[in-house]
Amino acid sequence: MVGKILKRVYVVLLFSFLYMPIAVLIAFSFNESKSRSNFTGFTLDWYAKLFRNEAVLSALLLSLVLALVAAAIATVLGTMAAVGISRMKRGPRTLIMNLSYIPIVNPEIITGVSLMLLFVVIKNLLGFLGPVADNIIGLPSLLIAHVTFNLPYVLFMVAPKLRAMDKNLYDAALDLGCNERQAFFKVVLPEIMPAVFSAFLICLTYSIDDFTISYFTAGNLQTLPIAIYSMTRKKVSPEINALSAIMFVAILAIILIANYREAAGERKKQKAAARARA
Amino acid sequence: MRVKRKKGVAVPYLAWMIIFTALPLVLVIFFAFTNKDGGFTLDNLTGLGNYVSVFFLSLILAAIATVLCLVIAYPISFMLSRLRAGRQGILLMLVMLPMWMNFLLRTYAWMSLLEYNGLINRFLGIFGIGPFEMINTAGAVVLGMVYNYLPYMILPLYTAMVKISPSVIEAAEDLGAGFWSKLFRVILPLSKPGIQTGITMVFVPAISTFIISKMLSGGNIWLIGDLIESQFLGNAYNYNLGSAMSLVLMVVVLLIMSLTGGFDQEDIEGVI
Repeated sequence: MVGKILKRVYVVLLFSFLYMPIAVLIAFSFNESKSRSNFTGFTLDWYAKLFRNEAVLSALLLSLVLALVAAAIATVLGTMAAVGISRMKRGPRTLIMNLSYIPIVNPEIITGVSLMLLFVVIKNLLGFLGPVADNIIGLPSLLIAHVTFNLPYVLFMVAPKLRAMDKNLYDAALDLGCNERQAFFKVVLPEIMPAVFSAFLICLTYSIDDFTISYFTAGNLQTLPIAIYSMTRKKVSPEINALSAIMFVAILAIILIANYREAAGERKKQKAAARARA
Repeated sequence: MRVKRKKGVAVPYLAWMIIFTALPLVLVIFFAFTNKDGGFTLDNLTGLGNYVSVFFLSLILAAIATVLCLVIAYPISFMLSRLRAGRQGILLMLVMLPMWMNFLLRTYAWMSLLEYNGLINRFLGIFGIGPFEMINTAGAVVLGMVYNYLPYMILPLYTAMVKISPSVIEAAEDLGAGFWSKLFRVILPLSKPGIQTGITMVFVPAISTFIISKMLSGGNIWLIGDLIESQFLGNAYNYNLGSAMSLVLMVVVLLIMSLTGGFDQEDIEGVI
């Protein structure tokens, strides 16, 4: 009995710990005054202000474009690598896998500063090119950094799917007259497509969410998290709260849709199975 | 006849990883052992003696945060693993949902809650307690770490515990095991891989953070991350010294991982 009550209290405390900060953040996005503890009246002004905030809007645009391009490059290269290593012997495969663990295991700040060092060195080496060298730190360095931290995740998500796939399918395609390219695009790719697509989505979210590595490699550019950071450093403005509320609702919507689609897919599968039995 | 399979498609990936992952780390080591003119020196590493207290504080705060995460996460992970399959999914999603919010915003939320005139002190004031100095203390930094990294502990614990069959626990009960012996002799040993992964996944980001300490201590508390950041982007601006600090941080992380056994691939896949 006491155990049950204790359990309840613990669960309630835990979930309030997890959600209270977010709830308060969102509630104060509707606060008329700038106070972070006194709710003085309801307003939507901070949302209006946010949508006119040039810095935030251009940071959002940069983050979205960067995430799409980086995720696309990482997904293509990572999938190619997964195909390549599935054909390798154990030795070289382990080598590539271990190399891929480095960015996942290393603290983000180390990945950030080590890439920054690389770009500074490249910039100095190319100094004779003049302005071209100066432009390396900015969009190019940011894009390279994002592809770099995304790549291993693609490999780790796609490689198991390839391993689980029936190897004979590929051979059968070749026997039936496909060349290697056709066999890949018509047989292998459709088979691993769900994993490739989830890898792409994961890369998107990691890119949009990343602060630490971008912070060291962006030069003067501002991604959305960097813009948020500079907002928290300057004077307090409930615009941040408004931004948080919008982001939370957007994330909630995406997760609910993803779950709903998964559940719908599950139902369809069950129905098909039931029909097959009948 | 064996079909010839081309492995060359992995070459761009391999080249990319060597140039943008391995080479930068080599540069960190190179910079750590050279001076501004590129000559060999040990000054950067010996100069770290001045910062021993910072390293020590980072180690302690990260360790406290990791232990707190483990204690807080353990019961909920076990409860989750015992629920019906359908409910497990929903509750796990509820636990992970705050993680999807950018961590700067999550930390910012605590900034306003912990303020001297913030909501927590006002709430405590109703009962005549406080107000307390909460922001700009080491406690605030630890709280920020626990809040941000708690899900990194829950997920691997849950992944390990889901594999514990209910019949194993029933068997322990039938053989007369009480609450504590069930916990220490059955559940704890069986969830060990999850504990190891969880500790690594909380400790590594906690010891290397610079944002949480910056935002929640108002510059009062400096961690290794803050030191490194100030060498690369801040006022100190000394890449060589910064690289030496990064090198030490990497060694600390590797040591910790060799103690906990790091994490195996299955766990990483679970986290993704």
